[in-house]
Amino acid sequence: MTEPFMFEKPLGMRDTLPVLYETKREATNSMQQMMERWGYYPIETPALEYYDTVGDSSAILDQQLFKLLDQQGHTLVLRPDMTAPIARVASSSLKDQPLPLRLSYCANLFRAQQHEGGRPAEFEQLGVELVGDPTASADAEVIALMAESLKAAGLTDFKLAIGHIGYVNALLADIVGKEERAAQLRRYLYEKNFVGFKQHVKTLPVSSVDRDRLLRLLKLRGGIETLDEARTIVNNGRAAEALDNLQALYDALEAYDLTDYITFDLNLVMHMDYYTGVVFEGYGSTLGFPLSSGGRYDELLEKFDRPAQATGFGIRVDRLVEALGATKAKPEETLILFSSERRKEALTEAAKLRGRGEVVVLQDVAGAADLDGLTAAYQHVLSYIGQTQGEGARDE
Amino acid sequence: MSEQLTIAMPKGRIFDEAAELLRQAGYRLPDAFDDSRKLIVEAPEANMKFFLAKPTDVPTYVEHGVADIGVAGKDVMLEDERDVYEVLDLNISACYLAVASLPGQTPSTIAPKVASKYPKTAAKYFKEQGEQVEVIKLNGSIELAPLVGLADRIVDIVSTGGTLRENGLVETEEVVHITSRLIVNPVSYRVKDEAIEEMVERLASVVEGDAE
Repeated sequence: MTEPFMFEKPLGMRDTLPVLYETKREATNSMQQMMERWGYYPIETPALEYYDTVGDSSAILDQQLFKLLDQQGHTLVLRPDMTAPIARVASSSLKDQPLPLRLSYCANLFRAQQHEGGRPAEFEQLGVELVGDPTASADAEVIALMAESLKAAGLTDFKLAIGHIGYVNALLADIVGKEERAAQLRRYLYEKNFVGFKQHVKTLPVSSVDRDRLLRLLKLRGGIETLDEARTIVNNGRAAEALDNLQALYDALEAYDLTDYITFDLNLVMHMDYYTGVVFEGYGSTLGFPLSSGGRYDELLEKFDRPAQATGFGIRVDRLVEALGATKAKPEETLILFSSERRKEALTEAAKLRGRGEVVVLQDVAGAADLDGLTAAYQHVLSYIGQTQGEGARDE
Repeated sequence: MSEQLTIAMPKGRIFDEAAELLRQAGYRLPDAFDDSRKLIVEAPEANMKFFLAKPTDVPTYVEHGVADIGVAGKDVMLEDERDVYEVLDLNISACYLAVASLPGQTPSTIAPKVASKYPKTAAKYFKEQGEQVEVIKLNGSIELAPLVGLADRIVDIVSTGGTLRENGLVETEEVVHITSRLIVNPVSYRVKDEAIEEMVERLASVVEGDAE
């Protein structure tokens, strides 16, 4: 094996330098503030969890997990998402707290390395989980909070697609019956392979009417009228329930004034079996990857012995920052150069400017080798050098 | 006026067929379009921008969102598994992936080797057949592998079978039928939904009118 160069990082890992750090911090701060104002308090959980608990119940595919062994031989994972750790906390340390629980997080997540740029193996995600409220109001609340958070970060041009896995399952069950057959069709939707879906539908032993109903699922997207269209395809028990649920969600989002941002997309299948109801994704117009996603997962907490319906979302900070485009401009900074005999004066001036909220860098001239190079990097330079008393002139 | 669409087109033989489809679908494409030395061609009347890429790279451009739409062979889609919508079978550039070998050649009993430009697809196929093989990736002239003894079988694209015959190889199994597909970036699919939906509808009526 060749030794890495000294500047190399493991595949998929990134450094965050000051300018980008500031941009990220500003975006995450404004979003976190929004989440706290909505009553979602942040929690932290460890980066390492047991594979058997958190790893296994996460929505992330097994081959995307970073795994390691602890000294007792247990398999550990670097957390690939925050939903499973929060479910663990909600069912253990917070088990006596009354539901619904509102929690938020801002954490670095890990997904196994991919041999291509644009897919970091470690990235920051910000999100909320609303545990213990089964209503459409809860789904509307998290979707609205996601939209408000994106706006707070400075993103105005975005779209949200909303689907419902309950509707997809009800339609597939109604026509093809058997779960294995439904799973096969669901896999085509999950893989976004509409051609495969259509070809498979042609081979099914179903009537031409049913074949058409299946194919119409691929076109079920658009505004609120999509729901009426969906009802004409299947409107029995669970499908009707799912559509009523989406109608209630739409009404609630209307009250939040968010209907301009949303489209329905009833063939949206983001995961094979993790979500149980409403699912949604957020997109910016300038980035080719989704910025955020979320949905209802009513069966996850059961695995942690505290059955409770839950819904939540996560925003990818790395992608959001890319979608926002420009990094933040550096603030104006003042450099105060001093020699030790005039240190006191320099400190007083620095304290005065810092008190006004300005950024001030204090530098002993004896400690800076390249003075010209240093001063060139600052908008303002003050000097307190030598024996002469009197105020240093601020060079504007 | 709907938003401009950026379309990644494959260079080479698929290009002409795909361009013809677009014209049949009623898109007015500029004359410069057929000058394949140009990498980027604007088509203001159709409100589109095209760029020409190596066919195997088209799904990459689309997945990363620098192109909203692309035309890609199913062979590339199977090998690369990019996260894009595969919305329409364009039914052009039909061919298939096949296993071929020298006539009468039986797989080595020590280490059966298969050479292919599509190592993942080949490995998956033999796994599904319950057969253990070692796959060797080649970038071109796959027919050479059994002739010089690098592998006893190959998995390669067959359109007429001419190349196989010329090299004295025989096709033993068909792996999968291949045509070109219209693929869409998942974000564009939502953000530029109207323009994309319209394009898919127009192309579908051309393609499906032909097929049935």
